[in-house]
This record gives sequence, structure tokens and C-alpha cells, in this order.
Amino acid sequence: MVKAIEVSGLIKQYDGLAAVSGISFSVEEGEIFGFLGPNGAGKTTTIRMLTGLSKPTAGNARVLGYDIASEITKAKKTFGVVPEQSNMYDELTGLDNLVFMGQLYGMPRPEHRTRAEELLKTFGLFERKDSKFATYSRGMKRALTITAALVHKPRLLFLDEPTVGLDVMAARSLRAIIKQLKESGITVFLTTHYLEEADILCDRIALLVKGRVVVIDTPARLKAMAEEKPALEVSFKMPLVKAADELGRRLPGLAVVKVDDRIRIYGGDADVVLHAILGYATENGTQVASVSSLRPSLEDAFVKLTGLSPLVMAAEKGGR
Amino acid sequence: MWYENLRGIYYIALKDMKTYYLKPPAISWGIVFPVAWILAFYLRNPRNFEELVPGLIAMTVLFSTTAMEVVVINFELRLGSLERLLLAPVSLSGVLFGKILGGTIFGLMITVVVTLVSVISLGIFNVNIIYLILVLLPSLLVFSSLGALLCVLVKEVFEAQTLANLPRFLMVFLCGVFMPISSLPPVLKQIAYILPLTYTVDGIRQSFGGAGDIAIAIDIVVLIALIPVLILPATRLLARRFV
Repeated sequence: MVKAIEVSGLIKQYDGLAAVSGISFSVEEGEIFGFLGPNGAGKTTTIRMLTGLSKPTAGNARVLGYDIASEITKAKKTFGVVPEQSNMYDELTGLDNLVFMGQLYGMPRPEHRTRAEELLKTFGLFERKDSKFATYSRGMKRALTITAALVHKPRLLFLDEPTVGLDVMAARSLRAIIKQLKESGITVFLTTHYLEEADILCDRIALLVKGRVVVIDTPARLKAMAEEKPALEVSFKMPLVKAADELGRRLPGLAVVKVDDRIRIYGGDADVVLHAILGYATENGTQVASVSSLRPSLEDAFVKLTGLSPLVMAAEKGGR
Repeated sequence: MWYENLRGIYYIALKDMKTYYLKPPAISWGIVFPVAWILAFYLRNPRNFEELVPGLIAMTVLFSTTAMEVVVINFELRLGSLERLLLAPVSLSGVLFGKILGGTIFGLMITVVVTLVSVISLGIFNVNIIYLILVLLPSLLVFSSLGALLCVLVKEVFEAQTLANLPRFLMVFLCGVFMPISSLPPVLKQIAYILPLTYTVDGIRQSFGGAGDIAIAIDIVVLIALIPVLILPATRLLARRFV
């Protein structure tokens, strides 16, 4: 079976500096493959090479079986690209933008209009089909940019940072759309620096740092790699100043750490730990407000596997 | 591949007409500027206005094709919409030629209007239509290609507009629009012969039954030869933006 994407030793250098340093990976048809990494990791450079906007310095890649060096025009008919920038034509209406895309891809005259209208309905833009792109909200612009990449019915969709700059609700609805695309059989290659987004959407994730793929696996397995010791987090209805020190004494050998008004206890038998917590609460005249078992997040996995601070990713979130 | 490129060129040209060219600023710049120049010369010497008609048409060709062409590519590069065209199954040279064709069609429309109004209002009916078409079509392509080349030589929209004024004004004064090339000093005459507007003005003048400095066949051949001379470097310069 032909892979959706096969990349082998792909290198991109600008003025001798490596933007992508010999990456290799493959993407199966029908999966959502996440390319996760901080800004400057080489995510967009990789997409540009795979979609023919930039020539690799070395290495090779095939997209849906087509060699990107010699068969890029054939490959272009099979994939759609949603760039980071919503780059449709301000002067054209939503419908005209989509019809123009259908024309460029050689869709027959009645079909491109029907397809455009069908997509506008699916993405909730039909009411605004005759409004100029310039008048659309940021979320609507993003949605139209995605529909433009789908007009020619691609088998593979490249999504470059699709939710950057969107408000919470728009980002959430866009994620739902991405899941629908997968359900309709489209392979999705998604670049993002939002860890939680990759966790929610992706079947497999490649962590990219400084132009190199550090690891590729499912979100669950990546998180399992970060799991060291089980941990419990407890909070009391009446916060106690010395709770962490006292619990530390009652649970020798375990790490007890105060995090804001909560206490984290790493390792040990859950039954013993719970007894110690309840005993301490009773003796000090308070009650347990909450107890939860902590699971490692993708952020924990990212930190462990890349050695980078999560701030490297969080710093770019723009307050989201 | 060639078929996909032709289709892409056609639809890009149509799209550019719709988005940029058929807008009041483009139309006014394409028509008003040459008309204003000619009006100034007409007021100075109304009796010999017929002699200025070939120059008026040539200037219309020059300004109508270059006015937007020097802007659109950098404008779309800045907005990222040129990349959208390159993501479609169309080659980079196909995208560039689509842009050039858009400018050419717009220039043709404006030039036809200016020519018809001039010919009818002045009662000039001894026009060799075949010669005129053979001179105008390559001229429109040449100046649209020149606009594209000037555009990709620089990165900013305003830089291209400023840069375009240098060859445009040089050509207006040296290429026989207002005064015959034969009356120029020898050094300026040599410069005139390397500027494309010289061949456009000379060819149009002969189409209108006037005397030319160069054989009309040479005018046409030079203009046709200049098209790839301008398009090839423009393609290479544009390709450098996508290394």
C-alpha cells in the first residue's frame, strides 16, 4: 500500500545553516499525523518542501507515491495545503475564491461551483458566500482557507498551524472539522506548537527540535515514556501551612511537594498514601477537598524527550 | 503539463482582471496619464495633433500595461496569495505568464478605446490594421513583461513603482513620442535604439501611413524578440524567492 508521505534524509539549508537536518518519517493514509515543535524547529520548511514551494538541499520524499523532485505537478493534484496565513483574495467573494481554486485545478464548469457551495454549507459560510473575503472574521477566513484546499477533493491535507490566532471557540470548531476530515478518509499532516491540540487530534506525533525528529509515536505512548512514578495530588478545604512537611514525615521515602495550595505525593502505595492524608486531615480538623491521580501530559513527554522547557512552546501561545 | 499550465495562465489572467485591472484606479491611471501628456502637447500646438496620435497610442500601451503589472506580483507575494497559485498544478513560469497576460489584456482594452477615439475624432482612416495589430500585440506583451521584471527586481511594492518611473519617463522622452528620433543627438539616438518604445512608436507611426526610421518588419521582430528577453530573467528572479 502506498504511504501518504514517505520522507528519507530530507535536508534544507539556507546559506549553510540547516533548517531541516536529515529527517525521515512516513505517514499512513487516513491518519492525522502531527508535526510538533517550537517555532524555528523546521515544521513549515518541511511542509514547503513536501508541497513544492521549496527545493530540498538533499534527501528525497514521496507524496502519495509521487516523487516531489520529478512529479510535483502530479502530486499537487492529490493534496491540498492550508498555509499558516489565510491567503485568499480579499477582493473576491468567498464563492468566487473557491470557484477560482476549482478552475485552477481543472474541475469542470458546473462541478466547481456545486462543490464550492457544498463546502461553504459544510463550513457554515454559505450565508456569506457573496461577501468579499476582506470582510470575513479571522475564524471565517481560516475556514475559507481550509475549504479552498478541499475544493479539488484532495486525499491528503497539509495544515500548517491551523488554529494560530483563533479565539477559543473558533479553534475548537476547527478541531472538530479536522476530525471530520479524517472520518471522511482524508489524511491530515498537521503542524502545530500547541501540545494539547496535537494530543487531542493526532494519531501519531513527530517531535521536531532544531530540524531533527526526536521521536515519533502515538500520544499515549509518548506520555507513557514520560511516566516515572505514580503521583497523587491532594487539596484540603482549609489549607494548612505545614501540610507538606507533615505528610513528608508520615510518608518516609516519598517525594512530597507543595504546588500552590495543593500537595503532590510521588510514588508509594496508593492505599498507604490515602490513609496518611485522611489521618492528617482528621488530626488537624480539616477535610480533604480533592484527591486526584496525576497522569503525565504530552507537555511532560515533550519536556522529557526533548530536554526543552515547556516555556519554549508556551511562549508562543499568545496568551491562549 | 502544458495543458495544465495553459489553463492556469488563462484563469490567473482572468482573476487578475477581476481583482485588479477592472477597478477605477487602474483604468484612470492607464488612460488619464497618457491623455494628460498629449493634452499638454495639443494645447501647445493644436495644428499638428495628428502627428502625435502614434505617440499617444504608444504611451497608452506603456502606461496601461505597466501601471498594475509593477505592483501585482509583489503585492501577492506580501499577502501570500502568490504561494496559493504555486500550490496549484501550475508551474512558476505559468503563474508569471498568467500575470503578464492579465496586464496585456488590460492594456489591449485601454489601447483599443484610446485608438478608436483618436481615429474617429480626428478622422484618420488611412490605417493599416494588420500592421497596427502586428505592432500592438507584441508591444503589449513586451511592456507587461517589463512591468513584471521591474516588479520582481525589488521586494517592496513602492520600490517597484519608483523604479518603473525611470524607464517609463526615459522612453517617453527618447523614443519618438513627441519628437522624431532623427532629431536627437547621436548619443541619445543610440540609447533610443535599445529602448522598446522606440519600435512601438515607429511601428504605429508607419501603420498610420507615416514615415518610419526603421523598417516595420524590424520593429515587429525586435518587439517579439524582446518578450523572452524580459520574461526569462523575471522568471529566474521570481524563482529565487522560492528556493
